[in-house]
Amino acid sequence: METTSDFLNIKDVNTAFKINGKYYDAISHINLTVHHDEILAIVGESGCGKSTLATTIMGLHDPSETKISGEIDFEGTDLLKLDEAGYNKFRGAKIGMIFQDPLSALNPLKRIEDQISEVMTYHTKLTAEQKHNRVLELLKEVGIVDPKRTAHQFPHQLSGGMRQRVIIAIAIACKPDLIIADEPTTALDVTIQAQILDVLRKIQAENHAGIILITHDLGVVAETADRVAVMYAGQIVEEGSVEQIFNTPKHPYTRSLLRSMPQRDNQNDDLYVIQGNVPSLQKMPQIGDRFAPRIPWVKPEEHEKNPTMHEIEPGHEVRCTCYKSFSFPDQVGSVKA
Amino acid sequence: MWKTILRRIMIMIPEVIILSLLVFLLAKAMPGDPFTGSINPKADPAQLHHLMKLNGLYDPWYQQYWNWVVHLFHGNLGNSYQYQEPVTRLIGSRAVNTLWLALFTTILTYCFALPMGMYAAKHEGKLPDSIIRVYTYVTYCIPFFVILVIGIWIFGYVLGWFPTTGSISSTATPGIGSIGSRFYHILLPGILGALFGTVNVVQYLRSEVIDAKRSDYVRTARSKGVPEKDIYKHHIFRNSLLPIAAFAGYSITGLLNGSLFTETVFSYPGMGLLFINSISYRDYTVITALVLIYGILNLLGTLLSDIILSIVDPRIRIE
Repeated sequence: METTSDFLNIKDVNTAFKINGKYYDAISHINLTVHHDEILAIVGESGCGKSTLATTIMGLHDPSETKISGEIDFEGTDLLKLDEAGYNKFRGAKIGMIFQDPLSALNPLKRIEDQISEVMTYHTKLTAEQKHNRVLELLKEVGIVDPKRTAHQFPHQLSGGMRQRVIIAIAIACKPDLIIADEPTTALDVTIQAQILDVLRKIQAENHAGIILITHDLGVVAETADRVAVMYAGQIVEEGSVEQIFNTPKHPYTRSLLRSMPQRDNQNDDLYVIQGNVPSLQKMPQIGDRFAPRIPWVKPEEHEKNPTMHEIEPGHEVRCTCYKSFSFPDQVGSVKA
Repeated sequence: MWKTILRRIMIMIPEVIILSLLVFLLAKAMPGDPFTGSINPKADPAQLHHLMKLNGLYDPWYQQYWNWVVHLFHGNLGNSYQYQEPVTRLIGSRAVNTLWLALFTTILTYCFALPMGMYAAKHEGKLPDSIIRVYTYVTYCIPFFVILVIGIWIFGYVLGWFPTTGSISSTATPGIGSIGSRFYHILLPGILGALFGTVNVVQYLRSEVIDAKRSDYVRTARSKGVPEKDIYKHHIFRNSLLPIAAFAGYSITGLLNGSLFTETVFSYPGMGLLFINSISYRDYTVITALVLIYGILNLLGTLLSDIILSIVDPRIRIE
């Protein structure tokens, strides 16, 4: 899958948060690549580190509370080596971010127009009039029916879907190469979700941007993404093309996730439930397969001592060796838990 | 906008009527009368009854109330029993003193509080923040009049920097000299009042700024590549000042309450001191007039707050 079009290389990135004076890894040893013209989906349960990865790329962590190591190579620059001023040249200009909760992500006291043009103030030399025209153009692009009216309004006067469109407009205002969309549709109802995803895809086609789509909604992934990285407890456990992940999932966690999703052929059965929870940061196991406690019927010797990523097909990697013999307890050949 | 204000003023009318009725009845319910203390104890009780009757104090309460209201509309608040002077003139001369003191205190309060609150919040958890927090907690714990007395003792008596009583020095020359002297006299009460008043504003502003710092819209601003300095200027401070601005209207009330203490401790001839004195002398006309004025100022303060809020916060702007 390595092509020349990759422009974001995340190499061995760790982000640790300070809790009561000690640092705990929220994400560990993340390796990822994003290419132009592709949507990379990052999926996983709540608390598995998806959003931490996004905010790490954006440099939104308070350095006094977090420790970040590794390398984020963005078009030849290591973002993690930049100071605030240096980072600000990338944020908003080359990397745009779309946030999860459109209701609170806009400043309640500023008009939509000011919030969108603010990003251009810092990254372009456009005149006030050019900015105004660009705002209207952007609003139209993200599917707002009456851009003139909306530009003059305040966030509370807009619906959730419209606000998310405004946030997308902010993210794409400077035609970034990378768009990070952190659960862009979670707070929206289903009909609006589809529209927002359409907008994202359209923008990507026009700008040749790479998109990191963070979501826990596998339906959205199947519909939108080109490649998928599955995260569990701060690690990537499986990575591959959307076909590979959905047709031949390998890692027990990926398989559990897919099995716990309602589908046409299992609508009469009970949905599969993964036992237990994602461990909290303080209780994260540091050695062994982090998913092992949630599949207790798998024998310890089937896990690797120090699980690493194994390439099983070009572009399809999976962590740990337990996938080889894994099966669900209610399926043939399994040991009852 | 104007419609809202007009509606608010309309609502104030019944409020003022109820207020005036309460004020009047409560003043009447106080034991004692305005004359017993001020005439010769050996005087004929009939004389006293005559005085009471002359002043209409034996009339039924509704009649007394009605007379009072009618006079009120003619701008006549009656005569002070104690000073034998029209209440309007009595209050008028003192209101100016109170106004200057209150104005000076307010300005000083915000001059101290805004930078302190913002600085504390910006450097949350660091040493300056801790110092400011300790200052606010300590000040908050001490009763206001104790602060005043300690302030007078240190700055007025021990150090002798400021005058400790009155509103103007008896030797002040008219014109520029009298303005200087007046200002000199409000310095200490103003500063002490401001030191006390800052506490609420600092704490409030500090927590607003800290909330704003962690809000999603500030994160959005960061992701736009806005420099930290501008984030504070355009997003955090502006949004945090909003409730403070709205609070300003209400703070009128606090100042007037404060003036009761300040003016009594400093023997500063303002409305607060007049109020305390007239209570001790059962000077009904002055008490009712003052409480009514305080009450109406309160109502105006809330109205002002609502107007300020509707100007600065688009969410409650009424189209």
